[in-house]
Amino acid sequence: MTQAIPPAALTSRSTPGQVETRDMLLNIGPAHPAMHGIIRIIANLDGEQIVSADVEIGYLHRGFEKMSETVDYNGVIPYTDRLNYVSPLINNVGYCMAVEKLLGIEVPERCHYIRVIVSEISRITDHLTCVGASAMELGAFTVFLYMIKAREYLWELVEMVTGARLTVSYCRVGGVKGDLPDGFAERCHKALEETRRVLRESDTLLTRNRIFVDRMSGTGKISAEDAISYGITGPFLRASGVDYDVRKDCPYAVYDRLQFDVPVGTRGDNFDRYLVRMEEMEQSMRIIEQALRDIPAGPFQTHPETGRPIPAAEMVDQAKVGNIQGIVDTRAVTDPTLDGSAKPLHLFIGADEKRVFLPAKEDTYGNIEGLMQHFKLVMYGHGVRPPKGEVYFPVEGANGELGFYIVSDGANSPYRVRVRPPCFAIMSALPKLLIGDMMADLTPTFGSVNMIGGELDR
Amino acid sequence: MNAADLIQAVKDRFPQAVQASHSYRGDATVVLGRDSLLEVARTLKEDPAFQMNFLMDVTAVDFSSFGKKQSPAFFTSSGVSVSPSPQIPDQSPWPGPPGSSRFVVVYHLFSLPFKHRLRLEVPVEEDDAEIDSLSALWGAADWLEREVWDMFGIRFRGHQNLKRILMYDEFVGHPLRKDYAVNKRQPLIGPVN
Repeated sequence: MTQAIPPAALTSRSTPGQVETRDMLLNIGPAHPAMHGIIRIIANLDGEQIVSADVEIGYLHRGFEKMSETVDYNGVIPYTDRLNYVSPLINNVGYCMAVEKLLGIEVPERCHYIRVIVSEISRITDHLTCVGASAMELGAFTVFLYMIKAREYLWELVEMVTGARLTVSYCRVGGVKGDLPDGFAERCHKALEETRRVLRESDTLLTRNRIFVDRMSGTGKISAEDAISYGITGPFLRASGVDYDVRKDCPYAVYDRLQFDVPVGTRGDNFDRYLVRMEEMEQSMRIIEQALRDIPAGPFQTHPETGRPIPAAEMVDQAKVGNIQGIVDTRAVTDPTLDGSAKPLHLFIGADEKRVFLPAKEDTYGNIEGLMQHFKLVMYGHGVRPPKGEVYFPVEGANGELGFYIVSDGANSPYRVRVRPPCFAIMSALPKLLIGDMMADLTPTFGSVNMIGGELDR
Repeated sequence: MNAADLIQAVKDRFPQAVQASHSYRGDATVVLGRDSLLEVARTLKEDPAFQMNFLMDVTAVDFSSFGKKQSPAFFTSSGVSVSPSPQIPDQSPWPGPPGSSRFVVVYHLFSLPFKHRLRLEVPVEEDDAEIDSLSALWGAADWLEREVWDMFGIRFRGHQNLKRILMYDEFVGHPLRKDYAVNKRQPLIGPVN
């Protein structure tokens, strides 16, 4: 634990003709409702003004990097869920793409699109949480409820795709767990529509709200030079006027084919960060819509005329009378209880490399090749074995550049996994953001940092 | 500028300091001597030809058990390693851990104007685990170096506030060293002061 500053070290100020004042040491956290997660800020106050601040982290340290060295390459994925638990899918994607770079394999285009879609859904949930929670701490509880409602729609989508809301573990080295479910695009458009409505409402409630603007505007300022020096990335950096976005500047997956803007602020204060996040959510929705439009065909194919999936029985009937026009390359939708009906979900999403990508469960249970392939990947001492080497792969997390640095010694578990957590850099600049501001400004500033304990402390 | 050009530019500028280099999987990497780190980093940051204004990450690797993982006797030779596909740039094979030192401190730099990344690797001996701090150049180095000290026990010369960051002060040892057992527990019991 950090030793508290002894009272003698606190400055006492006395000016002629005035009462002598003495600085006060205020301990905020580790368990404080405004400290999202667990963190301790030791603030030195002169009246209401923050003179200096010390930030203490590490309360949620679970040894992610150490544990990663003990499991196989796919076994790290559940640990990455627990890094940034508000947008776990982006962590999944970042880690898997780093391992794929190490292996030197390419995933199919459809898989890239799926990863982009789920990453952007996660980015919206992350920003909704951040903006909603900051607004709540400033008294706008309604906004928080609205935003959590919108997040709920998006998490239902995540649940539909991955089967879980938070501990998703959706990506695999060389692909994803399964394809997007039937009817996903439709549900997704509906959820985006609801999210847009919530954003409009929240915008009406916040952006010209006198109380909100007064508390956000001009507080927690950081210049572009300082932000770069501290290694700050993401919306926090962009609010200071630097248009660095990994998706634009070092494009990965299929981001270079999608049209989107990178919103940039001018003043680098809390209000600009709020505006940047609000606009980024809109841009993420744009990306999702384009990705849903451009994504290569998947396992669920619809009849070219009716636009509905073709049941297997109907397809057989049509084929018997020789009417194969339009359905010759189409897969039938079979009864979900039928053995093998889920197999198409695994057809288009994995790298064509049997030594890396797990087979569909139907193959594992249904034929000897699948069983062997499965065993060669999951049994103790076997598994994915990248060649010796080291790679660094950055993706744009919700808080900024999320980088994975992986060293392999040719064994079946990583030799070293290092994650560059984006909010670590922002937290290291927190004292700089707070000094000179009022005590009450700590809440909006800390809220705009969007500290995620799991990612910060790992 | 691609990885090979960037490495060449760094080599041309610092012919003495660069000990080795590679661009495995397209990641430009140079290995530096410990004494030249501060000078090279300052030039990379301030020189208009490089403008590496971001210090993205500082970390370390403990190479003491590299390639020594015991496989169950049954399976010793049955593992399959994958060879890279032609789409991935792989001009130079990975030359292996730099030098015979136990630790390697790894810096990831990024240049915003040129969008290029450079990895600096500095081998550090176990019995003299000390290296110059970059906290005077980048604010980001402050906490990142504290983390490396906490996790690996590598000291940073010139760091103003080198104390543990993720672990608590009473913690004994450095958990990311390979000789720290993964299941070793150090419960922190009761009030400490």
